[in-house]
Amino acid sequence: MSDTVIQNHEPNYLEYKGRYKGIFAWIFSTDHKRIGLLYLYSMLVLFSVAAILGLLMKIELIAPGKTIMDAQTYNSFFTLHGITMIFLIVVPGLPAVFGNFFLPLMIGAKDVAFPKLNLLSWWIYILGAAVALSSQFFGDGPPDTGWTFYAPYSFRTGTNMLPAVTGAFILGFSSIATGINFIVTIHRMRAPGMTWMKMPLFPWALYSTSWIQVLATPIVGVTLLMIVLERTMQIGFFDPALGGDPILYQHLFWIYSHPAVYIMILPAMGVISEIIPTFARKTIFGYKAIVVSTLAIAFVGYFVWGHHMFTSGMSGTALYTFSILTFLVAIPSAIKIFNWVATLHKASIDIQTPFLWALCFLFVFMIGGLSGMVLGALSANVHLHDTAFVVAHFHFIVFGGTGYAFFGALHYWYPKMFGRMYDKGWANIGLAVFFTGFNTLYLPMFYLGMIGMPRRYYDYVEEFHGPNIVSSFGAMLMISGLVIIITNLVRSARKGEIAEADPWKGKTLEWTTASPPTLENFDEIPIVTKLPYDYE
Amino acid sequence: MSNYAHIDEHRDDEGAKIGMWLFIFTELLLFGGLFIVYSVYRYINPEAFHLAAEELDTFTGTVNTVILLVSSMTIAMSISSIQYKNKKLTLILMGLTILLAAVFMVNKYFEWSGKISHGIYPGSPTLMEASQGEILFFGLYYAMTGLHALHIIIGVAFIAYVMRLVVKNEVQHDNFTILENSGLYWHLVDLIWIFLFPLFYLIT
Amino acid sequence: MEKEQHTHIVKYKTYIFVLIALLFMTFASVAITSINLGPYTVSAALLLASIKSILVLLIFMHLKFDKKFYGIMAASVFLLLACVIFITFLDYLYR
Ligand code: HEM
Ligand SMILES: [Cu+2]
Repeated sequence: MSDTVIQNHEPNYLEYKGRYKGIFAWIFSTDHKRIGLLYLYSMLVLFSVAAILGLLMKIELIAPGKTIMDAQTYNSFFTLHGITMIFLIVVPGLPAVFGNFFLPLMIGAKDVAFPKLNLLSWWIYILGAAVALSSQFFGDGPPDTGWTFYAPYSFRTGTNMLPAVTGAFILGFSSIATGINFIVTIHRMRAPGMTWMKMPLFPWALYSTSWIQVLATPIVGVTLLMIVLERTMQIGFFDPALGGDPILYQHLFWIYSHPAVYIMILPAMGVISEIIPTFARKTIFGYKAIVVSTLAIAFVGYFVWGHHMFTSGMSGTALYTFSILTFLVAIPSAIKIFNWVATLHKASIDIQTPFLWALCFLFVFMIGGLSGMVLGALSANVHLHDTAFVVAHFHFIVFGGTGYAFFGALHYWYPKMFGRMYDKGWANIGLAVFFTGFNTLYLPMFYLGMIGMPRRYYDYVEEFHGPNIVSSFGAMLMISGLVIIITNLVRSARKGEIAEADPWKGKTLEWTTASPPTLENFDEIPIVTKLPYDYE
Repeated sequence: MSNYAHIDEHRDDEGAKIGMWLFIFTELLLFGGLFIVYSVYRYINPEAFHLAAEELDTFTGTVNTVILLVSSMTIAMSISSIQYKNKKLTLILMGLTILLAAVFMVNKYFEWSGKISHGIYPGSPTLMEASQGEILFFGLYYAMTGLHALHIIIGVAFIAYVMRLVVKNEVQHDNFTILENSGLYWHLVDLIWIFLFPLFYLIT
Repeated sequence: MEKEQHTHIVKYKTYIFVLIALLFMTFASVAITSINLGPYTVSAALLLASIKSILVLLIFMHLKFDKKFYGIMAASVFLLLACVIFITFLDYLYR
């Protein structure tokens, strides 16, 4: 079989010649694989910028008082850092990069359902990014509200809010377009024989994620629109002086943004569900339980938004309801952890870089999830809300969850995407440095939060100095790890060894194609008869 | 099973329709956000909403409701008529839909400009002196009917584009999903108005 | 290619009946709200609006003739929105 592939060697997706030349062959390509890479490159650039902002903030916090920047600069840094990381990287991240690239491959399709819409959604993404970032360069100074744009400050502040809010609004359309595309693709384009219960878990995760993207994003869209109206004409929706209720803004914002954290984490869980069985050489434990809990998370996750508002002055009834629902949503997440660990039980594990990323994911995700339970408890939340504890929680979950899964996915699918293998030694060293740095950076912040250090300040009292030094040192270590990881990957894309089609002995459909895949993905559309992780 | 064939087929009607429905859901939730705001503020300011709603002309509102309902029927009929292979009637029905939409917009224009000439618009001095509930009512009135009007314009553009396809015979009795989709969009516009009408014009 | 979804042609007559029903309900809601029913006015108007929208969804938007799957999706979306409004009101009702 492999002989025939070599004989009539079709050009792979990186080489083929289309209608356009040079860079246009990429930015006008409707091939889902090229679009996935377009997203990957855009995000790597944005991620580097936002990571450097983060590092600078940590350097500012290495000592009390002004170290390298003043208060207003710090405010604009955490705002830009948040907007970029949330709206431009972790929300679109896994679906746009790995969903685009691997969803069609994993379900045995030639492309997504609407390839042109797919390209359009990348263009909208770039447009939204450009508009949001333009806020930095003109007007009366960069935005300083934080990524949450809370009313009434967001329309009172003199800084240049409009482009930031409009940019986030535009990005919503990109997210919706991807969501619609994936849902239709999964409904209509699965290979013959691939029933719903034979679909791999990453596509399942993308499916629930897409539903959240479709059903939650419009709410934040219209909310941001209201902020724009509020700023341009006094419409009064959230302005207490005109009768509006600022807490209603928080409701609307979190009605989207809590489900949005599931947009971030569900695909990450999907990635881990792919990596673990491949390296455990075992079928995943409790496939159905994982599917059901994926859908349950998506559903219940819609009704817990109020846990971000426990101290806002909501009614008592609302407080109890949201707290109970928040505890409920942790159950399906915990089910997944048990499934993954049970899969590892008595397996003959092949320890490779992607597997190590998955293990580290389990570790940090558990810490993040458990700290979420602490925050979900009303009494604890009153003490911890808006402290460094919250910052540690969501970095453990968003960076530790989605970020680790992103790098795990990159190391897992890299040979398929580029047809080459990275240097495994350097990859493991990078991970070790990064992981050490990550924990040194964020663990002290739990402690700092508990002893009362508020978030979003450039300064602090002397008592907080010690842990902050540790934390800032961790930031530098972590960034060094990132540099090693990324350099290794970039270098190997040209110089790495040629990879086989199935280097990890994976069983899902993407491993049956050539590395890198051809334009049409499959010479012949596969017919599926087995369960996805069939290692018997 | 037809599963195998549709992968190579370029055309997937069912897929296009699912896509359209998903898009409609996003539009519903977009307005859903505004309905949440409306219901909260109405709950907080029942008296002021009552008073403010009396300022609006029920007659114009009713006329516009009738117009939209009729236009919804004409576009629905155009789908039947294309299936009966009656191209001319299809075009007439679609044209009628656009015409009715235009009448709706003209009505809306007079309604809005009447209000504005009375000094009632967001941020106007008259409104700033009114009670907070009234400020909110009119803010919502302009935002919701304005967004709705924007959707009318998009719907008209969509239908006009499909009309061109019908003229060029690119939409025919066995290939009319895009006509169906433009119809779905138009019904969405109608659906939203069905709720806007009682909430703004009738709750006096 | 699945064609069966298109074999059903809705008769013009059906549409006309639906329109008449819709217009009737519109006028009914105008009439009801002009006589003062106190707090029931809003509920009556909204009830009629809901019936109208169900008619539009079922007949004009073909949910009645399409595969069940579309209807289920649409119903779930409305249910979701209702739940969200309900939960939001847990705050405002008891504040
Ligand atoms: C075990 C499940 C989880 C629970 C119980 C939980 C609970 C909470 C609570 C109560 C807060 C509010 C803290 C405060 O501001 O006082 C919070 C904040 C946050 N959570 Fe979680 N969470 C969980 C999972 C997640 C996941 C999966 C993500 C994202 C992938 C996430 C991302 C965030 C973010 C970004 C914030 C901070 C938002 C901000 O104020 O900027 N959480 N979490
Ligand atoms: Cu949350």
